[in-house]
Amino acid sequence: MKTVLNEQQLAITIKRLSRQLLENHMGLRDTVIIGIQPRGVYLSDHVVEELKTLVPPENIQYGKLDITFYRDDIRKGILLPNHTVIPFSIENKNVVIIDDVLHTGRTVRAALDALLDFGRPSRVELFTLIDRRFSRELPIQPDYVGKCIDSILSQRVKVCWKPRDGAQEVLLLEADGA
Amino acid sequence: MQLSVKHLLGIRDLTPQDIQVILDTAIQFKEVLQRPVKKVPSLREITILNLFFENSTRTRISFELAEKRLSADTINFTTSASSVAKGETLLDTVNNVLSMKVDMVVIRHSASGAPHFLAQHIPAAIVNAGDGINEHPTQGLLDAFSIREKLGALEGKKVAIIGDIMHSRVALSNIYLLKKMGAEVTVAGPPTLIPKYMQEAFDVRVEYDLRRALEWCDVANVLRIQLERQNQVLFSSLREYNLAYGISKKLLDSLSKEIVIMHPGPINRGVELDSDAADSGQSIILQQVENGVAVRMAVLYLLSGAGGLSN
Repeated sequence: MKTVLNEQQLAITIKRLSRQLLENHMGLRDTVIIGIQPRGVYLSDHVVEELKTLVPPENIQYGKLDITFYRDDIRKGILLPNHTVIPFSIENKNVVIIDDVLHTGRTVRAALDALLDFGRPSRVELFTLIDRRFSRELPIQPDYVGKCIDSILSQRVKVCWKPRDGAQEVLLLEADGA
Repeated sequence: MQLSVKHLLGIRDLTPQDIQVILDTAIQFKEVLQRPVKKVPSLREITILNLFFENSTRTRISFELAEKRLSADTINFTTSASSVAKGETLLDTVNNVLSMKVDMVVIRHSASGAPHFLAQHIPAAIVNAGDGINEHPTQGLLDAFSIREKLGALEGKKVAIIGDIMHSRVALSNIYLLKKMGAEVTVAGPPTLIPKYMQEAFDVRVEYDLRRALEWCDVANVLRIQLERQNQVLFSSLREYNLAYGISKKLLDSLSKEIVIMHPGPINRGVELDSDAADSGQSIILQQVENGVAVRMAVLYLLSGAGGLSN
């Protein structure tokens, strides 16, 4: 087991990424934030908290998207869905999709499909905490990256959040869980 | 996460956890139905046969809509326009269709147990859309979903099922489901329409007085008088039934609390339910129909891994 980001580094990374997002989307006027259920939402909750300290909270439009019904691996087994909440129109908006780990790119592919069922955004960007850059199976690249890591397929990246896991950190686990 | 069953033959076979999973999944499908594009690609590679040996408007349309919203391919089959009229058996009919690669079968049949028979003989996942006087599980599930949505929970709620209990598959599915989920159930109606030993067999209360049943309950699920299944005179006239067991707005207003009115449809207006009660604010009959699509999507989605897809 290796620590990729400790609690302090994680906090700094979230602050940095949130400011980077504002650089490209001044005041968040035509921009909406969408967290991917279930794990991306822990990250997007933190990002939105940070953004609230930087722009008027009423400017922030924040939704959560579940992609279970759009997965391409339904044949391997049925998964139970989570809540989707997008209480605003994404038509002609800039959409920033937030997920914690970018791995094969298949989740993001499903998220793009799901998103288009809500309207036609003018632009979609991808915001991720950890980019496992050598394990992509689809041509998908992030626009905001917390940290790039080199990992092999059998390894697992675990992002821990306080309310759920007790600690707040990012770990790289070996195949056997060690 | 899968259900403990491969087919939905009846609520009787489900565990409380299965019911919970189906109802929770249906909440997410209900959200899908509010989107600009009310459709998800989940069952793109599934073909579903709708086999209706008995008339149906709501259930057939609801299933078909649910299948289309899940992107499944559908085939509709009605007996009048098929080889059943030429004397083909149920099993032959279904096997012939299955050889054309069908993954799931939704069946309604006037014989109790027809879906169970099919489930033993064919490899596809079977969904019971009503079999004789046995069960109508998706109606039970959508009733439960509607109660939960309206009152927040099923546990501890008091539900009165009123009317033709004897001939009602809706009643049986509701009783199984509500008891499994910890609700209290009373069946009410004329003695001739309530089978003997209900209390012993299902642990439900039996009440022959309509007003007392309504005073007791939080929800009244009013059943249709099924004239087509009655081959003997069980009450003297529809008018007399209405006088003793018909629910009107006036009766509802005279109760000590406001109760929720449900009906699985089609309503015999002026028999079991008067128009002013059916169309009142206490009625959630149209919400039941709306929820039916989401609940059936959940059932089809959760069972889709069990049949043809698993290999």
